[in-house]
Amino acid sequence: MTELLGILTYPFMIRALIAAVVTGLAAPAVGTYLVQKRLSLMGDGIGHCAVTGVAIGLLTHTSPTWSAVVVAVLAAVAIELIRERGNTNGDLALALLFYGGIAGGVMITGIAGQSAQTLQSYLFGSLLTIAPSDVVVTVALALTVLVACLGLGPQLFAVSQDAEFARVAGIRVRFYNVLIAVLAAVTVTVAMRTVGLLLVSALMVVPVATAQQVTRTFRTTLAAAMGLGLVASVGGLVAAAWLSFAADVAPGPAIVMLALACFVVSWPLGAWRRHRQRLREPFAALEPLGHDVTDAHPHTHGDDCGHPAVPHGDHVDYIHDGHRHAPHGEHYDEH
Amino acid sequence: MSTVIEARGLSVSIGGRPVLRGIDVAISDGEFVALMGANGSGKSTLVRALTGLRPLITGEVRLFGVPLGRFRDRQRLGFVPQRPSAAGGVPASVWEVVSSGRLTRRPFLRPLRSIDRAAIRNALEIVGLEDRAGDGVATLSGGQQQRVLIARALAGEPELLFLDEPTAGVDLANQVALAEALRQLKDKGATIVLVAHELGPLAPLVDRAIVLRDGRVAYDGPPLGDHAVPETLGGEPHTHHHGHELLQARRQHAPQVTSPLDSRPEEGR
Ligand SMILES: Nc1ncnc2c1ncn2[C@@H]1O[C@H](COP(=O)(O)OP(=O)(O)OP(=O)(O)O)[C@@H](O)[C@H]1O
Ligand SMILES: [Mg+2]
Repeated sequence: MTELLGILTYPFMIRALIAAVVTGLAAPAVGTYLVQKRLSLMGDGIGHCAVTGVAIGLLTHTSPTWSAVVVAVLAAVAIELIRERGNTNGDLALALLFYGGIAGGVMITGIAGQSAQTLQSYLFGSLLTIAPSDVVVTVALALTVLVACLGLGPQLFAVSQDAEFARVAGIRVRFYNVLIAVLAAVTVTVAMRTVGLLLVSALMVVPVATAQQVTRTFRTTLAAAMGLGLVASVGGLVAAAWLSFAADVAPGPAIVMLALACFVVSWPLGAWRRHRQRLREPFAALEPLGHDVTDAHPHTHGDDCGHPAVPHGDHVDYIHDGHRHAPHGEHYDEH
Repeated sequence: MSTVIEARGLSVSIGGRPVLRGIDVAISDGEFVALMGANGSGKSTLVRALTGLRPLITGEVRLFGVPLGRFRDRQRLGFVPQRPSAAGGVPASVWEVVSSGRLTRRPFLRPLRSIDRAAIRNALEIVGLEDRAGDGVATLSGGQQQRVLIARALAGEPELLFLDEPTAGVDLANQVALAEALRQLKDKGATIVLVAHELGPLAPLVDRAIVLRDGRVAYDGPPLGDHAVPETLGGEPHTHHHGHELLQARRQHAPQVTSPLDSRPEEGR
């Protein structure tokens, strides 16, 4: 334990924690809009393409962060334009882009004479590669993403919810669609150092999937996803640091496993909650068709009889073996 | 009275196939027009062309006297799309969806003002969903989701409202409520274009009917009684929605566009 506390105060660890905090907040914020547009895999595609960007940075001995930003933004805009054209072979074009991105990245890394180990730290995240200058860039980019996602929330919501309606209403749909794509690209590169390019999409999507198990509104989904992203991101990073005493664990997989664990916990909870909610929804306040008395009733319904009590007009019906029993004097009526 | 919608020689093709050919319509301020015709006759396509969602091959559209390409006062338009569901990939409440219809009326980057809230609340009351405002749209029935889409359009207090089959799947009581809402809107001077197969409670509001058949205007004049679209005009007197003859007619005029180079049904052009 003291070892863990010790490692948490190392400068590189503090830098990693700062990066994890902003990444954990920004990734699910963009991810919520992607999921709403039913583009959950877009982050994945951008991540694959960004591998080429990193490799170009390694080859030219410039900052891999900036070359990744440039390539990721280009890829995101390309994906958005292909999608907007709406060709039925659009997903094929996307697949070509993804594979081209990762194959090109691995090849160029080889040409640059860099080891697979170097690339790996970008693919699955790494605690040690975050330079002090990276922290500043990471925080600045992530804050930009957050401000855009929250400040332009109503516009982005309208465009993602129903692009045609938004267009008729005069919202600049293409601008906002491209904006979401660019924000996703920036987020991918921000998250590159902590979760890694191949797993970044999980941090964008899994917290949203978890949040929607228990939320009803867009606003709460967005907030809950950001909270869960923060927990997964920081928790995963600390777990990876702790495990690193025994084994070599990259932070990316630890973060994603933690996010998935949250989902696995929330899923049955959500299913149970939805079931319960459906069960308790009041029946329409219609008069029963007639006065049907139930068969002799073995027990008395009450608050804790175990049968769901559902409001029906001015009284309650108890759900009992597929019937709706309403108390009426000494007996129960079928409603 | 000024002309609100003016289309001249409007033609639209989808996947290279002409869908609307040489449509001329002029709709004046305050008119309530019912756009009718068989399935696949081009009603939705016409509405989409008039709102700028579908590019024209030839012809010109003017809204409020301004060519569509240069029309900027889009907050004056309202649109209820023909759509089975109002839900997206993330849960959203009824209130959130309806308030997105208010977006172009409120100042940029500001929270909702009290008049915005009042307009949203009023729109929800009109469609009878005020007590469901906090519920997720995905948990509503199909007809209730349709009413959410209507409320979203009403929240923007449009001067020109397009409704594409707003009453499909909506029960009679709510159709009556919608008719009342549209009457109020009409009394305020709004122009309304309604696509419908059966007018039902909306019939008394209609000033004029336009019937499309196979992409051309087959009739333009005083309202026909419900069910009175003559067969020669593409009406099917007593087949309700999706009758048998109708499906055949649809097959004839509606080639499935499946080549990979063609556009996807919803967003293609
Ligand atoms: N996206 C599309 N791709 C290919 N063909 C289309 C597309 N949209 C419409 N069409 C074709 O255009 C024609 C007109 O369609 P439209 O949707 O305008 O009909 P409609 O009158 O609204 O019918 P409905 O009563 O079923 O709503 C039909 O032949 C249809 O097959
Ligand atoms: Mg239609």
